[in-house]
Amino acid sequence: MNLVISLERIHEAHRAGVGGKGYALAMMAQEGLVVPKAVCITTEAYNEYVDLTGIRGQILLELQRKSFDDMRWEEVWDVSLRIRHLFMNTDIPNTIKGELEDGLEAIASTSPVSVRSSAPGEDSVKTSFAGLHESYVNLKGRDRILEHIRLVWASLWSDRALLYRRELGLDLDRSAMAVVVQEMVFGDRSGIVFGKSPVDDSQAVIESVYGLNQGLVDGTIEPDRWELDRSTGEIISHLPVVRERSLEPAPEGTRVREISSALRSKAPLGRKEIREIFEISQTMERLFGAPQDVEWTFRKGALYALQSRPITSPSVSEDDQRPWYLSLQQSFQNLKSLKKKIESELIPAMEAEAKNLAQRELKGLSDHQLADEVNHRVKVHERWLEDYRRYCIPFAHGMRLFGQIYTDRVRPKDPFEFMNLLVGTAMVSTLRNQVLEDLAARIRQDQALFRSLKEHKLEACDPEFKEAFDRLIIQYGDTTWGAERFAQSAERILKLLLEMASRPPKDPPTGFKGKKRLEERFFSAFTDDEMEYAEEILDIARASYRLRDDDNTYLGKIEGQLQNALSEAKNRLKGRSDVDNPSMPPEEVVKALKGRHGILKKEAPVKEIVATNTDFRMQARQLIGQPAGPGVAVGKARIILNASDLFSVKSGEILVCDAIDPNMTFVVPLVSGIVERRGGMLIHGAIIAREYGIPCVTGVADVTSLVETGDLVTVDGHLGIIIIAKDGRQSIPSKSRDGDKETGH
Amino acid sequence: LERIEEYKNDLEGLFETQPLAVLATHGAGQPYTNLVAFVAGKDLKVLYFATSRGTRKFANLSADSRVSMLMDNRSNRVSDFREAMAVTATGRAIEIEGEEREEVKKAYLVKHPHLADFISSPSCALIKIQVESYYMVTRFQKVIEIHVRL
Repeated sequence: MNLVISLERIHEAHRAGVGGKGYALAMMAQEGLVVPKAVCITTEAYNEYVDLTGIRGQILLELQRKSFDDMRWEEVWDVSLRIRHLFMNTDIPNTIKGELEDGLEAIASTSPVSVRSSAPGEDSVKTSFAGLHESYVNLKGRDRILEHIRLVWASLWSDRALLYRRELGLDLDRSAMAVVVQEMVFGDRSGIVFGKSPVDDSQAVIESVYGLNQGLVDGTIEPDRWELDRSTGEIISHLPVVRERSLEPAPEGTRVREISSALRSKAPLGRKEIREIFEISQTMERLFGAPQDVEWTFRKGALYALQSRPITSPSVSEDDQRPWYLSLQQSFQNLKSLKKKIESELIPAMEAEAKNLAQRELKGLSDHQLADEVNHRVKVHERWLEDYRRYCIPFAHGMRLFGQIYTDRVRPKDPFEFMNLLVGTAMVSTLRNQVLEDLAARIRQDQALFRSLKEHKLEACDPEFKEAFDRLIIQYGDTTWGAERFAQSAERILKLLLEMASRPPKDPPTGFKGKKRLEERFFSAFTDDEMEYAEEILDIARASYRLRDDDNTYLGKIEGQLQNALSEAKNRLKGRSDVDNPSMPPEEVVKALKGRHGILKKEAPVKEIVATNTDFRMQARQLIGQPAGPGVAVGKARIILNASDLFSVKSGEILVCDAIDPNMTFVVPLVSGIVERRGGMLIHGAIIAREYGIPCVTGVADVTSLVETGDLVTVDGHLGIIIIAKDGRQSIPSKSRDGDKETGH
Repeated sequence: LERIEEYKNDLEGLFETQPLAVLATHGAGQPYTNLVAFVAGKDLKVLYFATSRGTRKFANLSADSRVSMLMDNRSNRVSDFREAMAVTATGRAIEIEGEEREEVKKAYLVKHPHLADFISSPSCALIKIQVESYYMVTRFQKVIEIHVRL
């Protein structure tokens, strides 16, 4: 097959090679419909590129780290980011470049074009890849076009595409991507028509915005909406929106503009145009034999069909997870409003809620009242948890969007370089750790204080220290992780402080040292016009990064209040032998307090099944995760299964845990490396490790059962592996750690 | 939780499907490797291979019985980095004779029927490796050790 085919020459045999979008456009053009001039870059070109450059093998290596089914979406994102980086930094080899350039000549010598994904298999009603892959509009010049073809190829491996294909069980090894390069039509009004409404079989739906279509497709601009009778094309209803903005061509790409007041009060389409669009949808349905979703645009009164694809059948879309995968991608506009909502509404409200709950005296309540209070706190906590899922988790995409923009503009060697611009932004947990560090410094300097604390005589020691200590408890005491409160026992915190005092003082994390320089590099990649946008997106990314940690801290405070009520209740129930059960769920506690409980047996602690086989002994030697914080550290492992493990951490140890909650991160300044079962670059463990410059590997399956406290562990944060030595032998010679962290063990 | 039984199943599967292994011995400190046709004992505690007594490897083994043997299922394609498994066994080698030799010979010929003449030759030694440890590598970098209690 040729690497490039023009629309007129495409026929049935090319279907798989030009992808769903390309094939549909060819059919439309050959039918005599008005479509922009276009050529297809076939999957053959993709295959040649990944084979000639070795990228095919590198993708395989990226995907082999762990079973794809075991990856969380955050890990999938990291993999996808690294793969995108490969495509971005690998030129198209000359052997195929010539043929691509010749093929593009027909369309792209002077006029601007769009470069669109055209995935094979998309033309089936069972699978819709809509929105999963990238498309780029308004590009000029051969080099820019070729570069964006590579980016469209890379989007075959975008996180949402990977997740979706995993769900469909598609063979990743055989995936390939075709690309449509289409002459730009700068429409003044654009939109989508659904030949059949996904929610009502008897209707068709038209959505329309001013300006270019991309704004509607990516959710930046809200459309006017019309519901039509599918059999007659009559308008059933019109749902107008507040029209404020439109997407317009920029020198390259697009930009959002305010629209004039005249347009604000006028719907983008008239009756006659709605009719015309409806008819196009009917023509397409006849042409392709199934209801279509058609993107169109009006330029100076002429209607162009930009693309057409079948509407995914509703029976499939019922449990279709695609909308959720798509929600992982938030537009710049959405992120801006999320930021405002979280910072000015949610966080202050969460703080006020926790404070309000803390003021209620629990001791004086009757059992009945206490039961009601527990119920109330459960509900309050659930409500905030829901808000957290709804607003705070999607906002984490702020970092990702920034990461992509940074990487596209700055072209760094390290795909995660953008993270360096985010660290050191005063997270709550870093502030708490600084308070701890200050208290430890006092102990370190004052022998008498050290001795009296060792003898548990907090009351007898320096009143100034006592006061500072109490302030710590008041401010951070109620933060929780699991069922544990930070200040559950003052003794534990003192133990932690004594351990901190017994090692040399540590500088507070200052973030990445070359941050200023990187910041300049980032901003210099934008024109003066774009500067405001660049500043905003960096601001969003920093807030997103900080909040990833902070929102959990605030939620943890509310949860702490629930735990307070629960522990008061459990104290009261202690001794009532039939209900004395420390792991009793809240609803049972409430029943017991009200005297309406059934007989509850104490649960026997679940015993871990340990791999035993009389004649064989298994041990892990080297485990794979994801590189999440650069550097190499060697130290004794400390497995964290409960709070007492956490408070037993010794200076220089390697923290090994299932998942780090921000409220657990007070031990981070003590440890020399972090290993986490949960994976990803955007998780708390990875974020705080980067903040403190500690080597970190995340996403190591079963790590807390395969490593034991006391094992000597090497954390290789460059390669994302850990090496375990049961017999205490150092696993790598110190020579190979030159330039990395020197840590004792 | 990773189970030792699963790993043992993987070992059994590999040993059944792979006819050849790389045997490492040493002569006066110089490492030396060979391809050998092998068969595994049912309990996974022993591996067997055959060699003529005139070979360099036999001489090496006579001087020092410590050996290492590598078995893998690579296909020499990039996908090996994701799919292939390599197992290194370490232990001690001894030549077996008499009834034990006859028993093992049967199992050996089930796996390698074309080596009937070779193994029946009076000059051919049947060697047993008493395995002390297995080092299993999967996914390019994941390493699990299985130690045999002696």
